[in-house]
Amino acid sequence: MTRFLPFIAFPSGKKTPEYVKYLGVVLPAAALGMLAVYGLKDISLFSGSHGIPEIVASAAVAVLHVLKRNMLLSIAAGTVLYMFLVQVVF
Amino acid sequence: MEKNHLGTVLRAAFPRTIPIMAGYLFLGAAFGIYMKVSGFSAVYALAMSLAVYAGSMQFVAVSLLAGAFDPLGALMLTIMVNARHIFYGISMMEKYNGTGRKKPYLIFGLTDETFSVVCTADIPKGTDSGLFYFCITLLNQIYWVAGTLAGSIFGSMAQFNAEGLEFVMTALLIVIFVENWLKEKEHISSVTGVASAVLCLVIFGRDNFIIPSMIMITAVLTAFRKLKGGNNTDDSGSDNNNDSNGSAGDTFDEVSAVHSLSVGEKDA
Repeated sequence: MTRFLPFIAFPSGKKTPEYVKYLGVVLPAAALGMLAVYGLKDISLFSGSHGIPEIVASAAVAVLHVLKRNMLLSIAAGTVLYMFLVQVVF
Repeated sequence: MEKNHLGTVLRAAFPRTIPIMAGYLFLGAAFGIYMKVSGFSAVYALAMSLAVYAGSMQFVAVSLLAGAFDPLGALMLTIMVNARHIFYGISMMEKYNGTGRKKPYLIFGLTDETFSVVCTADIPKGTDSGLFYFCITLLNQIYWVAGTLAGSIFGSMAQFNAEGLEFVMTALLIVIFVENWLKEKEHISSVTGVASAVLCLVIFGRDNFIIPSMIMITAVLTAFRKLKGGNNTDDSGSDNNNDSNGSAGDTFDEVSAVHSLSVGEKDA
């Protein structure tokens, strides 16, 4: 339902206000940043494994992606590393 | 000529959805198992994944269905959990306008993961963008439904130690953020997004930080617009990539996209 809200409020036929257009341009990058944090929200720094598997695997994903720019490789390697860390190491 | 044939576009869209396939098959299967454990049959699980299709909210919905009747609480919870879709809607508004009959489904299927892919996808030259978005959205829901079906049928037989597989979603979100970071010219929006979310996560906790983050992001970005005098609406890279045909052609396409955007604004 929330997915339809903006489209109902600003139908394509009418002129979208400047401010909302501006938000449409700047929000995606911010939303992607928020999503990245959202993906890591269940991390617990002060208990269990202190978030080390998450931090190590996330760093590996980011570094690998900057170096190779291959989405599948970064995601697969990061996930396998994380699974190894939580199943075997911690 | 055959560029906009459904099969051709599906083949072009498929590689972009592979990371989601892994995540959705897994999460969908987890949902199917969860439904089974909560006492619902495979038909209910399947119906929810087809008609509701709300990711994590479906897990919450199961506990609501199984618990005491509380429609107001359920409504509030749904809005809280899914408020971020308002962001996605505003972000995709320009791209999804003009997609005609596909638009309702595109909006219905705009999940976190689908948003992150369509928002950064480079559309192959000559391909109808609406059809391309449609294929991505459709493929993702097929994965989710297939996962649900597999989970509710074969759930109890699984022997494979899948602990940690859920990190595939986190990895996907990080990769898409990094990819967007490498493409964009200015990082103001990205930094605002991460900083606001981290700050709100620390203050409000993991269950309540999304809405404060959204308010903060909107406030900060609005403040930047005021500072810049309101006319610099082209400072985020991600949205300017919609016309580009790959990283090599980005510069020219971005310049023209930015140009057409500012021309459009003078008209308005």
